[in-house]
Amino acid sequence: MPEAPAITIEPNIYELSSPGRTGVTFPAPDMPHTNLPKNLLRKELLLPELAEVDVIRHYVKLSKYNYSVDDGFYPLGSCTMKYNPKINEDTARLPGFLFTHPLQPVVTVQGNLALMYQLQEWLKEITGFAAMTLQPAAGAHGEFTGVLMMRAYHNARGDTKRTKMLIPDSAHGTNPASSAMSNLEVVQIPSDERGNVDLAALKAACDETVVGLMLTNPNTLGLFDEHLEEIIQIIHACGGLVYGDGANLNALLGIVRPGDLGFDVMHINLHKTFSTPHGGGGPGSGPVGVSKQLADFLPSPVIGVVEEGQDDKPAVFGFIHPEKSIGRVKAFNGHFGMFVRAYTYIVMHGAEGLRQISEYAVLNANYVRVCLDKTYTVPFDRICMHEFVAEGQWGDAPGIRALDIAKRLMDYDFHPPTNYFPLIVHEALMIEPTETENKDTLDAFVKALLKIAEEARSQPVLLKEAPHKTPFGRMDEVKAARELVLCCWLPEDYAGHA
Amino acid sequence: MTYIPHSPHERDTMLETIGVKSLEDLFKDVPKKHRFPTLRLPQALTEMEAAAELGELSLGNENVRTDLVCFLGAGAYNHYIPAAVDHILQRSEFYTAYTPYQPEISQGTLQSIFEYQSLIVALTGMEVSNASHYDGATAVAEAVGLANAQFHGKRKKVVISPAIHPQYRLTLRTYVQDMQMELVGDNPKVVNSERFSESGPESLIPLIDGETALVVVQYPDFFGRIYDYAQLIETAHKMGALVCVAANPIALGLLKTPGEMGADIVVGEGQPLGIPLSYGGPYLGFFATRKQFIHKMAGRLVGETVDTRGQRAYVLTLTAREQHIKRERATSNICTNEGLLALAAAVYLSLLGPTGLRQVADLCYSKAHYTAEKISSLPGYSLCSDAPYFHEFPVCCPKPVAEINAHLLEHGFLGGYDLGQDYPALKNHMLLAVTEMNTSEEIDALAEVLAEVAHA
Amino acid sequence: MNIPANLKYTKTDEWFDPATHKSGLTDFAQSQLSDIVFVEIIVAAGEMVQAGKQMASVESVKAAAETYAPVSAKVAVVNDGLADNPELLNSDPYGKGWMVQVEGGDVSGLMDATAYTKFCEERAH
Repeated sequence: MPEAPAITIEPNIYELSSPGRTGVTFPAPDMPHTNLPKNLLRKELLLPELAEVDVIRHYVKLSKYNYSVDDGFYPLGSCTMKYNPKINEDTARLPGFLFTHPLQPVVTVQGNLALMYQLQEWLKEITGFAAMTLQPAAGAHGEFTGVLMMRAYHNARGDTKRTKMLIPDSAHGTNPASSAMSNLEVVQIPSDERGNVDLAALKAACDETVVGLMLTNPNTLGLFDEHLEEIIQIIHACGGLVYGDGANLNALLGIVRPGDLGFDVMHINLHKTFSTPHGGGGPGSGPVGVSKQLADFLPSPVIGVVEEGQDDKPAVFGFIHPEKSIGRVKAFNGHFGMFVRAYTYIVMHGAEGLRQISEYAVLNANYVRVCLDKTYTVPFDRICMHEFVAEGQWGDAPGIRALDIAKRLMDYDFHPPTNYFPLIVHEALMIEPTETENKDTLDAFVKALLKIAEEARSQPVLLKEAPHKTPFGRMDEVKAARELVLCCWLPEDYAGHA
Repeated sequence: MTYIPHSPHERDTMLETIGVKSLEDLFKDVPKKHRFPTLRLPQALTEMEAAAELGELSLGNENVRTDLVCFLGAGAYNHYIPAAVDHILQRSEFYTAYTPYQPEISQGTLQSIFEYQSLIVALTGMEVSNASHYDGATAVAEAVGLANAQFHGKRKKVVISPAIHPQYRLTLRTYVQDMQMELVGDNPKVVNSERFSESGPESLIPLIDGETALVVVQYPDFFGRIYDYAQLIETAHKMGALVCVAANPIALGLLKTPGEMGADIVVGEGQPLGIPLSYGGPYLGFFATRKQFIHKMAGRLVGETVDTRGQRAYVLTLTAREQHIKRERATSNICTNEGLLALAAAVYLSLLGPTGLRQVADLCYSKAHYTAEKISSLPGYSLCSDAPYFHEFPVCCPKPVAEINAHLLEHGFLGGYDLGQDYPALKNHMLLAVTEMNTSEEIDALAEVLAEVAHA
Repeated sequence: MNIPANLKYTKTDEWFDPATHKSGLTDFAQSQLSDIVFVEIIVAAGEMVQAGKQMASVESVKAAAETYAPVSAKVAVVNDGLADNPELLNSDPYGKGWMVQVEGGDVSGLMDATAYTKFCEERAH
C-alpha cells in the first residue's frame, strides 16, 4: 500500500491563541470618550490573540492543504473550472473601483456605471436577450429571480392559475429548490434514451397550470437537446415561459444565442463562463437576461443611459427602475468586483476569442470522451458539448464505485470530476475539462483514468482505500453528522462569557 | 488575447481522434438557422491594452481614499483593511479553489471556514454559524425562511421594525412575495421626526401575536440607535415567536451581544470585517443561530471529524439539508455563497483579535460622538435622536439634504444618507457615519463646510 | 433484506403493524438512506392523519426522504426518543425505530410481506 505523507496537523486559530498577544492595533482616540450605559456593553470578547506573523503562517499552512485550479486540472462537470486570469484580479483592485461606496451620487461613479452598463449590453449581445440585470449574487440567486419574474409576468396578465414548474430529471438541485422558494409545485419530466427531454412526457405535462419549464442546455449530461426548438414551442404553445439555466453557457459562446432559440429568461454564472474565480465557495455572480416581454419585471434598479452623449460629451449613466419590477433581490448594486473581472475578460477576448472558448471547451471534452469510452461506459453515444458523463462502475469490478475512482484520481494529482450528478446516470462521473487545458494535461488525465480502470480489477483495494498520497484520507462523515462539532470551542465551555 | 493553449497541430490531432473534420462539425446539434451568430463586440484587446482601458474607467470615479472624505454609511462602511488580509486572499490555493466537496484536498478551505464559523459565534454570542449568505439583506430573508420552516408554514406573520435598512426590507418583500406571508410593522410613515423615539422596539410589541413566526430588528438600527432588545425578545417568546437581530459586526466588538439578549437568529452584513466597499459587492451575509434550529438553517456547514488515518479534519456536514439533496424540499436554494469573503472576515478578526476590534469600535464610537457634538453646536443643525448610538446618527439639517450634500461634494466630502428618500416624515434628516478612518481634522473641516452651507 | 411476515407495507417503504398499530420505515428504506443523522416527526398525538400524508422527515449523511402515513387514523403516540437517537432507524427499524402509533387504521390498501418483497426485487436493477 502506498505510504501516506506524514504531516503535522495545523492547530485551529483558537488553539494558536496566546493571552496578551496583539496583532494589528489602532491609535488611541484623540478625542474624549463618552461612555455607553454599562448594560449595553458586552462582558467579554472571545476572539483569538495572535501576532500578525502567527496569523500569516497559519493561513499559509492551511492554503497548502488545498488543491486549486492554479495547482492543476480540475475537471468538475458543470462548474467550468477554467483558468482565472490574473489581470482580472488587478483590475478589480484598482483603487478607483475598490474604494467607491455603493450609495455615492451617480455623478461621482460614472466609471462604475459605464462599466456596468457596458457589461449589461455585452451580456445581452452574447446571449441574445433584450434586457439584463446584474443584481443577483450567484446562479441560484439568478434562478430565483427568474422564477419570480415568470410568476409576476403571468400574474400581471391575470393568469393566476399557473402553479407548476416543469423540470427535467437531470436538472441541478437549485432548479427545483428555486421553484419551491416561489411556492411552485415541481413536476419532473423524464429524459429519453438519447439524453433529450422526453417530448411525449413534456407535451402531456404542459397545460395552462404550468408557469413554464426550467431547462439546462446543453443539459447536465453535456448534450445539446436534439429537439430544443420543439421543446420551446411546446411550452410557448401552452402559454408557459422557458427558463434557461446558463450554467453550461461555456459551450455556447459565439455558437448560438439562447435568446435567439426562444428562451425567455436565463441566468449567467460569471464565476463559470466568464472566468471569475470560485473562491472556495464564492463569491459568484448571476446576471439574468430576459426577452422583451419580461423586461419590465427585472429587479430594480438596472443601469441605463439617463442623458444621451453628444459630440465630445459622454453619455451619463444612472439607475432605471423597471415599471413592474419584482423588487430588489439583494442590497446595493450586485457583485461589482466580479463585473470588473468579467468586463476585463470580455474586452480581452472579443467576439472571436469568445467563440474559441466554446470551440476548444467542446473539443477538449470530446477528445477526453473518445479516449475513455472504450474503458468507461459513456451512456450516450453522441458528440457531447463542453462536458460528458461516464459511468464509474464495471460489472467485473464488483464493489468499485464512482467515489472510489474519484478518490484514487487524487493520488495521480488530479481533482476528481463531479460525482453522483446528474442523478439519472448510475455512479456518474461528470467531466468538464474547459478550454484552458492543454493536450498534454488531457492525455495525462486519460492515462490516469485508464490505469485506475486496470487497478479496479487487479488491485481494487488501491481504489477502495484511496486516497493514499494526499495529506488527508477519507473523512468519517457519519461522525461529523452524528457528533456535531461546528465550532472551535463549545459554547458551554464559555457560558456567561458573551 | 485568450488563454487557450492549443497549437493548430494539436487541434487537428484531437479532431482526428474524435473523428470529425473541423471544429464546426462539433456543433451539428445546434439549429442551423441560429448557429454561429456574429457578436457585435469590440475588437479584442491584449492584456496591456485592457489594463489601460480599465485604468481609464476607474478614473471616471471619485473614490473615498484619494478623492473624497467619507461620512456615508447606511449599510456599507469605510473601514481600514489590514494589508495582510488581501495577501491571504490572493493566495491561489484559496481563491482559485472550488467548494470543498472533496475534503481530502480541501482542508485549507474547510478549516478556515470552520474557524470563521467559530469567530462569528463568538462575536454574536450564539451557538452555531453557517458558512455565509450573499449579504445582510438576503440573510434576513433566509431568517424568515427558517422561521417559516420551523413552524411548518403554520405561522405566516412577520413583524418587521421600520428601523431596518430600507434595502433589506425591500429584499425581504421580494423574497416572500409568493409565500402568502404577512409582513407588518415597517410602514416608513411611522418614523416621525417629532416622535422619533416612538419608533423603537416597544412600538413592535403590540403587533406580536400567536400568528407571528418571526420578529426582525436591527442593532444598531438604521438610524444608528442602540436598544437592549431583551424585553422585546422575552415578549416574542411568550407568544411563541422567534426573533432575528440584524447586527453590525464592528459594533459587536463593544456592545452586549444579541445572543445574551436571547435572540434566536443573528444575521448581518459582514462587509465591515476586512471587505472593501467595491461599489456594493461582493459582500458577506453572516448567519448565526441556536443549535435547536440547525436543521432548518440554510447554507453550508463545516463540521469537525477524523479521517481514516485518525487525523483531525473538517468536512461539509448535514448536507442533506441543502438543495443538491433535498431539491424542492430544501429550505433554500443557496449553492455558491461568499466563501472567499468569509475567509477575509476570519483573517480580519484573527489579525485584530479582541484588542484590535475593541480599538476599532472605540474609535468609531468616540469619533462619531465628537462629530455629533461639533455639528449639534452649529446653528441650524441638531441631533434628531437622544437614544444611545454607535457610529451613525441622524442630523436634523436646516436645508434639504441633497443641497447640503451637493455643497459638501464640491468641497471633497461624501455627505451622509438622505433619510427623506425612504421616510417621508424625515425630510432634511441626514444619517452621518464616522469610522476609525476619519481624522479629527476631517471632522473639523466637515463642520466648517456644514456651517457654511447653513448660511449660504 | 429483512421483511417481517407479520407486517404490512406501502409503496413508499413504510411498514404498519396491524397488532400494535405502530409504523415506521422499512429495512429497505434505511439501507437506501444509509447512516441516518436526523429525524423530525411532524405529526402530533391527537392529530388525524390521512393515508399518504407526510409523517416525518429523515436525513442521512448523503440523502433525504419523507415518510408517509400508511393508514388514515388518529395519532396516539409518537416516538420522541428518535430525535436524539436517529441511528435507531438504521439498527432497529421495526423495533426501537418505530415512528408513529395510531388508533385503528384500515390495512386493506397495504401490501403483505410477499408482495412487498416482490416490489423491492423489481426495483433493484
